[in-house]
Amino acid sequence: MDLLANLATGFAVAGTPINLLYALVGCLLGTLIGVLPGIGPVATIAMLLPVTYALPPVSALIMLAGIYYGAQYGGSTTAILVNLPGESSSVVTTLDGYQMARQGRAGPALAAAGMSSFIAGCVGTLLLAAFAAPLTEVAFAFGPAEYCALMVVGLIGAVVLASGSLLKAIAMIIFGLLLGLVGTDINSGMARFTLDMPELADGIGFVAVAMGVFGYGEIISNLSKSDIDREVFTAKVQGLMPTREDIRHMMPAVLRGTVLGSLLGVLPGGGAVLASFASYTLEKKIKLKSGELPLGQGNIRGVAAPESANNAGAQTSFIPLLTLGIPPNAVMALMVGAMTIHNIQPGPQVMTVNPELFWGLIVSMWIGNLMLIVLNLPMIGLWIKLLTVPYHYLFPAIVLFCAIGVYTTNNSTFDIWLVALFGLAGYVFTKLGCEPAPLLLGFILGPMLEEYLKRALKLARGDWSVFITRPLSAALLALGLLLLLLVLLPAIKSKRKEAFVED
Amino acid sequence: MSIKSQKDFVSGVMFTVTGAAFAWHAATAYSVGTAGQMGPGYFPMVLGLVLVLLGSFIMFFALVVETPDGGSIGDFAWRPLFCILGANVLFGVLLGGLPMWGLPSMGLMVAIYALCGLALLADPNRFTLRRWLVLASILAAGSYLVFIKSLGLTMPVWPFFLTP
Repeated sequence: MDLLANLATGFAVAGTPINLLYALVGCLLGTLIGVLPGIGPVATIAMLLPVTYALPPVSALIMLAGIYYGAQYGGSTTAILVNLPGESSSVVTTLDGYQMARQGRAGPALAAAGMSSFIAGCVGTLLLAAFAAPLTEVAFAFGPAEYCALMVVGLIGAVVLASGSLLKAIAMIIFGLLLGLVGTDINSGMARFTLDMPELADGIGFVAVAMGVFGYGEIISNLSKSDIDREVFTAKVQGLMPTREDIRHMMPAVLRGTVLGSLLGVLPGGGAVLASFASYTLEKKIKLKSGELPLGQGNIRGVAAPESANNAGAQTSFIPLLTLGIPPNAVMALMVGAMTIHNIQPGPQVMTVNPELFWGLIVSMWIGNLMLIVLNLPMIGLWIKLLTVPYHYLFPAIVLFCAIGVYTTNNSTFDIWLVALFGLAGYVFTKLGCEPAPLLLGFILGPMLEEYLKRALKLARGDWSVFITRPLSAALLALGLLLLLLVLLPAIKSKRKEAFVED
Repeated sequence: MSIKSQKDFVSGVMFTVTGAAFAWHAATAYSVGTAGQMGPGYFPMVLGLVLVLLGSFIMFFALVVETPDGGSIGDFAWRPLFCILGANVLFGVLLGGLPMWGLPSMGLMVAIYALCGLALLADPNRFTLRRWLVLASILAAGSYLVFIKSLGLTMPVWPFFLTP
């Protein structure tokens, strides 16, 4: 069994005490920051990225994977206890989770979230390990035209999931692509759009963009809201374990969520969000058993299903990244940035050139999931304590970590000016109802897209029809068009509005 | 014709202006080339033009399509905006100094106190001198231990006149 041998390689890498320690520290730090209201995984990873600079590449990626899972779990905790989703994929968790907390069942809700995430994570990791190898083979059949087409599909996917206006989301992507082009052009060696600033010759630091737009932008809009509607259920958390009845209701929902999440996660464009919404909708359609509360009023299925779908989707969204090197969502875009900093070019060659890294990363995801359940469940009390710390004590600390983090990226104050600029931009985007996630994805894909487009058209001697005459690329573009049409259909349009109404 | 959605109209303007700036700069400063032989200006110019087009559409719809509350942007939270971004910039100035203006580096410790003070002022009702000093001291001690001692990051810690 190849799969087993590969997983064994992975365990050998990720299972070393030092890497286990990094996974553990990553999970803890991720949860610590992720639990802060209004800070989602993207902001968390951006903030903690500098911590991993000094580590060897494998350990750094393992720690980042830990941070990612920790951040997601922390986000769910906040969603359940404070009714404040840190990111769009935990929006649905607030619906039933918060209701459960209000009924004094915060403990079972948190445990359900943790357990369903773990089950989904196990399945997702296995799927990832099983499909990564065959998919890499496919990746080698990809020419520049196919890569272009795939990136376009990915970007369309990001648009489909953005809340609010479709046009604005597309515009944000283009904006991001343009920002990504700032810096030295690899082909001509010419410095583009640098405004004669030598610091911009290497391009705009993506940590500065991510931290500014997601971190500072969010802090400022949080501060401008009053904290009247924040109600933390702290005293009432007692009795962690769900009852046998709960587990009986929950398990089928977890399985449904896992299947749905794994399938949707592979789709480019942020499968995890789509997955959690879809699975919640599915649970709503399933008939209630006797003694069950309707969904939306504190049904445990309403927590378990989206959490498992979300986590399975998060896991399988690594597939396009690791096999094709194309990030399907903003979090993965950050992972690409992290890999590049450690001189790893994500793509099909990672698995052949650097199998330890590849399988180590996959196994460490599973370890990360395990850590979450063995560590975070007992530590829920601590995370809750953190939630009771008033926001006005927390945000200066967040600002400080952002500033130190961004400074250490290049040891230059220039990045601090940049992050302030992007913080301003982030706040303006929020005010104008322009979602920043597509911008970040475009920002990362900008140079890649230009490079492949250039190559594809050079091979075709400037003939644009190459994108529709090559079958694979045509099929991908058709998929993108289909996605776009789906969103534009009136029926789906109203559904999409409904799904994002809690934003 | 009146603006039906303030948010969309302003976003449309923002996109159009940005797109135009990029496209114009790409077309004038760099060689554009052809599709088969792209110059450094080709891709940004095309993207810029697409952005202009999208921005114009957004502006057009903002003038035509009715929105429930007029798509009002609402008030800007000037105070938090200024304090948070200002705290960040002040931190940078104190940490690294500004050689351009002859400002020497004051180091991490001073920078942390300054950052905390300005950030806390974002919410003036809650600001007290004691709160500031306690929070800043905790963060300064914590940062020293974590970033300097354990992670070994290199940055100026103490003011220039205390460093040999």
